[in-house]
Amino acid sequence: MEVQYINPFLEGTLHVVKTMAFIDARPGKPYIKKDNVAKGDITGIIGIVGSIRGSFALSFSEGSILRIVSNMLGEEIAELNGDIEDAVGELTNMVSGAARQRLEAIGISLTAALPTVVRGKDHSIVHVLGGPSIVIPFETDSGTFVADVCMRKDGG
Amino acid sequence: MDKMGKVLIVDDFSTMRKVIRNLLKQLGYENIVEAEDGVVALDALKKEKIDFVISDWNMPNMTGLELLKRVRADGALSKTPFLMVTAESLKENIVEAVKEGVDNYIVKPFTADVLGEKISQIEKKYS
Repeated sequence: MEVQYINPFLEGTLHVVKTMAFIDARPGKPYIKKDNVAKGDITGIIGIVGSIRGSFALSFSEGSILRIVSNMLGEEIAELNGDIEDAVGELTNMVSGAARQRLEAIGISLTAALPTVVRGKDHSIVHVLGGPSIVIPFETDSGTFVADVCMRKDGG
Repeated sequence: MDKMGKVLIVDDFSTMRKVIRNLLKQLGYENIVEAEDGVVALDALKKEKIDFVISDWNMPNMTGLELLKRVRADGALSKTPFLMVTAESLKENIVEAVKEGVDNYIVKPFTADVLGEKISQIEKKYS
């Protein structure tokens, strides 16, 4: 997977979390992930197709997503409920859109499906291409989350 | 649009509807109704007087683009101001929406200031 596919997802994640939840997430060093185990307690995943294809996931610890969604909605949410699942889907959709805008600027035109959301300890993230994926970790004052990207050119 | 006018928010994500509702309240709009897709929105538009539509693009059952086409094709609704919300800014999508008569579009995520500016631009067009 080429590094030019990764930065748009990193920048898109920072932009969406900042604009929607007023949080400056701190990105860590990206690494390669070969298994399907999610890093967080709740994950949104979305399929992406075009001149490259694959899928993108956002996986949040409980602490991080409760703070992000509480900030988004302007009300305190104390547990992983339907509002949180709905918000994770929409955040995944928005980051995918923000990343695709950035990829389009370098000539890579993509469209996305509707996101799906999975939750529970040690749930799986099954990428369209199977893997491996590149994980970008983020820290917030309320916990961690990751962007998990698996995008390739056909035959790449 | 008068700030007493009724705004319809159309989005399949309830959190996004709530976020837009909160932003509209910050801008002084109080009369707000919601629909979870284009089918429900069209039904609401036919049943009550709606002064402004803010619709997501990508939704199940009926997309924002299809809703826009139905609104513009309906004599009683065709002049309803329509702001399209999208998670992407693909040129071909924007061109298609403009061709179908959208008044403006806004790319998610956005702030209250950006939403207010887009609404003002549409208000000027209709004043």
